[in-house]
Amino acid sequence: MSLIKVTIDNIEVEVEAGTTILNAARQIGGSVVPPAMCYYSKLEGSGGYCRTCLVKVAQGSAKDPRPMPKLVPSCRTTVQDGMVVQNITSPEVMENRRAITEFLLINHPLDCPVCDQAGECHLQDLSYAHGLDETQTVEERRTFEPIDIGDKIKLNMNRCILCYRCVKVADQITDHRVHGVLGRGDHSEISTHILKAIDNDFSGNMIDVCPVGALTDKTFRFKSRVWFTKPFDAHRECPTCSGKTAIWMKGEEILRVTGRKDKYGEVEEFICNDCRFNHKEIKDWIVEGPRTIERHSVISQNHYQK
Amino acid sequence: MQALTNRSKVVSDKKMTFIEWIYIPAILKGMSITLRHFFKKKATISYPEQKREFSQVYRGQHVLKRDEEGRERCTACGLCAVACPAEAITMVAAERKPGEEHLYREEKYASIYEINMLRCIFCGDCEEACPKEAIFLTDRIVASEYKRAPFIYGKDILVEPLDLNLRVDVSARQTENVLKFKQNKRFAHNK
Repeated sequence: MSLIKVTIDNIEVEVEAGTTILNAARQIGGSVVPPAMCYYSKLEGSGGYCRTCLVKVAQGSAKDPRPMPKLVPSCRTTVQDGMVVQNITSPEVMENRRAITEFLLINHPLDCPVCDQAGECHLQDLSYAHGLDETQTVEERRTFEPIDIGDKIKLNMNRCILCYRCVKVADQITDHRVHGVLGRGDHSEISTHILKAIDNDFSGNMIDVCPVGALTDKTFRFKSRVWFTKPFDAHRECPTCSGKTAIWMKGEEILRVTGRKDKYGEVEEFICNDCRFNHKEIKDWIVEGPRTIERHSVISQNHYQK
Repeated sequence: MQALTNRSKVVSDKKMTFIEWIYIPAILKGMSITLRHFFKKKATISYPEQKREFSQVYRGQHVLKRDEEGRERCTACGLCAVACPAEAITMVAAERKPGEEHLYREEKYASIYEINMLRCIFCGDCEEACPKEAIFLTDRIVASEYKRAPFIYGKDILVEPLDLNLRVDVSARQTENVLKFKQNKRFAHNK
């Protein structure tokens, strides 16, 4: 297949036709990669909801060098030959990203001290990097009555940013989906139709894909803050999934089992619920070694590595 | 070698003169210095009876505050423990059960909260890190003990009493400027 040239933030890269701007940026890597709250490379059709990855296209293509009139979502826009994209070099994009972050936070409760996702929350990172440090709104935040979606997964709808990732997981990874987005507009919420427990071999992956603390592990609920636990790569013989996981340990205790997340917070392989929820003994696992943690992550606090 | 200061004296083993040899002038000189100290102002005080004036922001024993309704403010977020340079703070969180709303302010609370007072260096970083205005350092002095074990302070010592009259006053640490600053709507979530 022929490669096409695209320039992102003055860095030229050659990618296959049909690649999105976001994935082209990921091939460059580093700080030119737009943040993504809803796009998930392992889930088909994800992206396009959160608008955090909006970028400016200064030149549409070599044939038609006109700029695109509005900022475009980089996760849904495919590259064209000779396209010139501005991400962090455009003040317009950065200003817009700040505004989008503010929009995402309008109804997001400020309960990070309570939330189990704190420390590995993408919205926390995004608002730390792009958001304002104070709120401009005085209105009441939207709240939902808590609903029970089963004994393994905790749903806190107030924290949800409607990224649809968990819906895509249920559609693509599990046999049948029992939850979805109900309601419209401001009233949209993740819910099961007529209170039903989400029970499926792979439903636990909803926890991993959730960028915020809306879906969290009930077996890990309030056990520890993530930065007091240390992640290790581990595997086991599993008949249903690859069995390759990350175990989060505090001392000799396994507090939590998750998929192995890469630098974009996406799991390498989806794991089954049996591995995730039922194997919390050290003898269940073959530990490969500590995972590398980004130095600036709060999880690296108090962990001494070579 | 060159001397670093001019106060150093070169030691010699030369023979003492008669005056030096009888030692009496040297003894008298030393005694006069000792006697002079009898009439000087004492540097010490008799502590439990007399107390020194403390700075208003003295960093002594910690307190875990309750809010106006007597609910514990601490939500076991772990920020004090991660901010602590001496790693003196440990905690175990628990979920608030229905019917405990009058005891704990948030959904989550600290069921165990321990500060190792032997490790604590009273830097006040925990106070600064706390997003819920739960932990404060006070002007109380940590009592001395004979054993090491009692220095691990649990919630029984740290949480202030429910009785309004026995509450620990930390208003001096929150000056008018601080309180005015907190009127800002960005702290509205912390009411």
